Amino acid sequence: MNTFDPRRRLLRQLMRYRRAFLPGFLCVIVTTSLSLTGPWVLRYAIDDLQTALTLGKVRLYAVALLGLAAGAGLFRFLMRRIIIGASRNFEYDLRNEFFAALQRMHLGYFQQTRTGDLMSRATNDLSAVRMMIGPAVMYSATTGLTFVVALVLMWSIHPWLTAVALVPLPFVTLAVKYFGSAIHKRFERIQEQLSDVSAVTQESLAGVRVVRAYGREHVELELFRRANEEYVQRNRALIRLQGMYFPSMGLLMGIGALLVLWIGSREVIAGRMTVGALVAFNAYLMMLGWPMIAFGWVTNLLQRGLASWKRMLEVLDAAPAIHDPEPSDRAELTDIRGAIEFRHLTFGYGDHVVLRDVSLVIPAGTTTAIVGATGSGKSTLLSVLPRIHDAPPGTVFIDGVDVRRIPLATLRGAIGFVAQEPFLFSTSIADNIAFGVRVDETTRERIEAAAAIARLDKDLSGFPKGYDTIVGERGITLSGGQKQRTAIARALAVDPKILVLDDALSAVDTHTEEEILQRLGAVLRHRTSIIVSHRVSTVRGADQIVVLDEGRVAEVGTHDELVRRGGLYADLSRKQMLEDELAAS
Amino acid sequence: MTHDDEVIGKAYDSRLMRRLMTYLRPYRSQVALAVVAIIGHSVLELAPPYLTKIVIDTYIPARDRSGLAGIAAIYLAVLTGSFGLEYLQTWTMQATGQRIMFDLRMQMMTHLHRLDLRFYDRNPVGRLMTRVTTDVDVLNDLFTSGVVSVFGDVFTLIGIMAVLVWMDWRLALVAFSVLPLIALITQWFRVNVRESYRTVRMWIARINAYLQERFTGMSTVQLFRREARDYDAFDEIDRRHRDANVDSIFYYAVFYPAIEFVSALAAALILWVGGGWVFDNALTLGALVAFLQYSQRFFRPISDLSEKFNVLQGAMASSERIFHLLDTPAEIEVGKRDRSTGRPLSDPGASVTSAPGTIRFENVTFSYGDGEPVLRNVSFDVHPGQRVGIVGATGAGKTTIVSLLLRFYDVQQGRITIDGVDIRDMDLLALRRLFGLVLQDVYLFSGTIASNIRLGDATMTDDTVRRALDAVHASTFVDRMPQGIDAPVVERGSTLSAGQKQLLSFARALAFDPRVLILDEATSSVDTDTELLIRDALTVMMRGRTTVAIAHRLSTIQDMDRILVMHRGELREAGTHQELLAARGIYHRLYQLQFESAAGIAAVRGA
Repeated sequence: MNTFDPRRRLLRQLMRYRRAFLPGFLCVIVTTSLSLTGPWVLRYAIDDLQTALTLGKVRLYAVALLGLAAGAGLFRFLMRRIIIGASRNFEYDLRNEFFAALQRMHLGYFQQTRTGDLMSRATNDLSAVRMMIGPAVMYSATTGLTFVVALVLMWSIHPWLTAVALVPLPFVTLAVKYFGSAIHKRFERIQEQLSDVSAVTQESLAGVRVVRAYGREHVELELFRRANEEYVQRNRALIRLQGMYFPSMGLLMGIGALLVLWIGSREVIAGRMTVGALVAFNAYLMMLGWPMIAFGWVTNLLQRGLASWKRMLEVLDAAPAIHDPEPSDRAELTDIRGAIEFRHLTFGYGDHVVLRDVSLVIPAGTTTAIVGATGSGKSTLLSVLPRIHDAPPGTVFIDGVDVRRIPLATLRGAIGFVAQEPFLFSTSIADNIAFGVRVDETTRERIEAAAAIARLDKDLSGFPKGYDTIVGERGITLSGGQKQRTAIARALAVDPKILVLDDALSAVDTHTEEEILQRLGAVLRHRTSIIVSHRVSTVRGADQIVVLDEGRVAEVGTHDELVRRGGLYADLSRKQMLEDELAAS
Repeated sequence: MTHDDEVIGKAYDSRLMRRLMTYLRPYRSQVALAVVAIIGHSVLELAPPYLTKIVIDTYIPARDRSGLAGIAAIYLAVLTGSFGLEYLQTWTMQATGQRIMFDLRMQMMTHLHRLDLRFYDRNPVGRLMTRVTTDVDVLNDLFTSGVVSVFGDVFTLIGIMAVLVWMDWRLALVAFSVLPLIALITQWFRVNVRESYRTVRMWIARINAYLQERFTGMSTVQLFRREARDYDAFDEIDRRHRDANVDSIFYYAVFYPAIEFVSALAAALILWVGGGWVFDNALTLGALVAFLQYSQRFFRPISDLSEKFNVLQGAMASSERIFHLLDTPAEIEVGKRDRSTGRPLSDPGASVTSAPGTIRFENVTFSYGDGEPVLRNVSFDVHPGQRVGIVGATGAGKTTIVSLLLRFYDVQQGRITIDGVDIRDMDLLALRRLFGLVLQDVYLFSGTIASNIRLGDATMTDDTVRRALDAVHASTFVDRMPQGIDAPVVERGSTLSAGQKQLLSFARALAFDPRVLILDEATSSVDTDTELLIRDALTVMMRGRTTVAIAHRLSTIQDMDRILVMHRGELREAGTHQELLAARGIYHRLYQLQFESAAGIAAVRGA
């Protein structure tokens, strides 16, 4: 939607903080002016000492010097607080916007984009953008102003000497430019080699079994040694150049000072200049040095910041592929009953077709089981229901309404979804179960009721902290079965009209599964449910069983009907009886 | 649970520092050179204000133009020398720093290649990568900007103080009178900045953890309509992070102006007191100007010093993690060790005889970690030239048998012997050289087809590589590639099909002409043509070799000399295909299961 130039976008974004930046710039002007007045005072002080005026006057200068420093310090403090503070506010807002933008993205986006890449944008790029609008802006303003005013003041002291002092300036500019681009090039070569070092390391560590089995440790070490050596060589190439940068600046700046001292002194001897003026002139020259060095640094910050800003805009401006229906198209459903229908649904990812012409009616309040081999399209069929993936218009209906016309909040609020590999968050078990629940005084009851149905209660009594047990990243401290049952409780806690279990009992032992199914029975009476499973024992009681084969509906019927039919389902059922026998031995 | 990457250690730890310093030892002369250069540079830096003094006090009053030219010449010499020394110092120190980083990385990598697989089970590769790359680079900052420039700063301070005292000790005392103030401000800044740095780091870690988790679990968030509440939660963390940063800005915003103010205070005092002395002719004007200029230079290193603190803190945390890795002992060592004392033996280990030996598992029990044993009391023999198949359901312990044989792990009870020698008493490399291993998931390195067969063995000729490829029918697809055996292979071989990768791993095993072939059959399905190629290749490979094959498809092992049936970590049945079928035990059921389902599906599809 936003086809603006990134710079214009940035300016527009920055306009929000104009209230902070305006006083900030004011502080820049005040503090710079006060700092620049210091040497001027010194000039009169020294001249007065020479011409033997009153000592009192000299002491007055000393006090003035102190006063100026105090004033400059105060405004410098304000400047930093205001401008850098504003940049922190900018960062804070932008990070929130970034997060909000990603919250609107659909699953496919996260599958295509590596998490590491998103993280890098949220951290490195954001920080580069902040450096651009905070420190870079602050330093450009102070150094720019100092540069101009100091030059004017020097000119007013001695125009010709100013010209002499500026002799090294073109060289400084050249050096900054030359070093800047050369250093950048060598730096890139280092980065390339670093990714080489990383790749070698990654490979030899990830392939550790092969390396050990074939006794190739020394080969891998030799490869690493070479990559490491090259990395060091490239770093040394950079150092050779970069090590020259500051000494060169020091030399050029020093030559300016040398010329001023030499020629300035001759001017003093010739009576065209006072000693005080010479000292003040020298002080200004010192002040010029920093802006010249800072120039290269600030340019670098700006370049990097702008590149990062563009990368952030890619995320901020990305249009969410799955979003709420347009108001004109919106179906107002106040109460979802839970009747589901798939009508000639063909769906795939890119060129890869997963579902072919699936038509299926699931009446409200019934239980439907789906079976089929890995890759037969079971999970995909479930995922188009809450619009994790978007099916074509006119193919998926709830209560006769196309799901694409139902507001996302209404739609998803009516569905309790338990994924194949449930994602738990690193908080307490209670928080995980209450994940989709608005917190109120009945929350605890709901959590406990849901946990009881999912048969989680008996595990919890064994945990020292019970419901407050922290589950660790992705639920790592729980067993596979416990994770699945927590996810089931989480789905039940929202009291959904439609319950979807995608192979949600695969890691639960058969005995517990039996118990859960029994308890679910009462809950499911008023709900529509879809259960995917590999186990015949799980699906046999369903009102209808759907067999998917390579994306098509191969068989539909009750357990008895399908067994009698002697097709895929009957084969699965027979195979499982054998397996059960095997497990029992 | 705190991740050890988030722990922020002390800013200075003398124990760590001493250990870090040992890495400097091989580069003593370079370090000495750098130190001499720093000192020389600091001394030369002292010259310009003093030259100004001479000009103002001597040559201007004397109207001595040629003297001025002389001073200019000295000035130029000082500048040139200063330039040379600064460059020498930077180059020597940073180049040495790079060499030290090289040594450190090599040391880590060598150690990583010694650590056993239990270590790899516990530590994700990503974390190890961070140690070898990022952590070492953070340490590098210590050598390049930290330690050395601190030394330079300190030396400059001492030099300035010495010159001031030498010029006029009374006025020097006046100038130094502000030092306690400096000490106070710096101390205040140091303590607070460290504290706020910790707070900022903590919030940044929270932000990252929160984002990482929400990005990976976003569809769960959306399914449960948590967006608004999550946004609020994130806003809270983000806000706290900003506030912590704004707090830290306060300290910086106070510190720099405060130091500048104290510097101005020193100048004002010098002017106030010194001005009076100039008035009384107790001090020359040039000396006063020199004093003022020195006082300006005096405060710069002080503010620099405080900035070095963060560098130091980060380096300490990194070195702590690096040393922790280096101190992790390897449980299975390459050389032979005395099993009671753990000390290396001078004897390189029972030499592996040239005759193919009898492999024997004697009452082997093993578990990963402290959990349930994966293998219980397993005993069996594999005689030279015998072909043995291992079958069983997933989790029955088949792959573990192979891992133990190759000493990826050591048995906890019982022992494994080859010709009666415990494999723990053998030279590890020699032991592993006996076997040719084909793993379930084929691991290919980036490089070429040939380099993946050779695995760095430079003595292996192209001819050997080709013959190995031919033998397992891999040439059929390799020859179709434009560069043949020099065709590039990308990381993990992701441009090759599963079947092609399997054939390549067969060729790899065959090229090393191992005495014993170990196959862990891949579960991934391949098309029928490739399936036939693989089956034929397997026959070629097993010819005349002792073979231990883990099979998922019973068809692979039907004509093996012996079949071991594993069930829940125990060896339940053993015998030939016919014997086992006749026994109507577990093997029989497994066989029925595969046969039935295959036949069933074929029947339905055919219908």
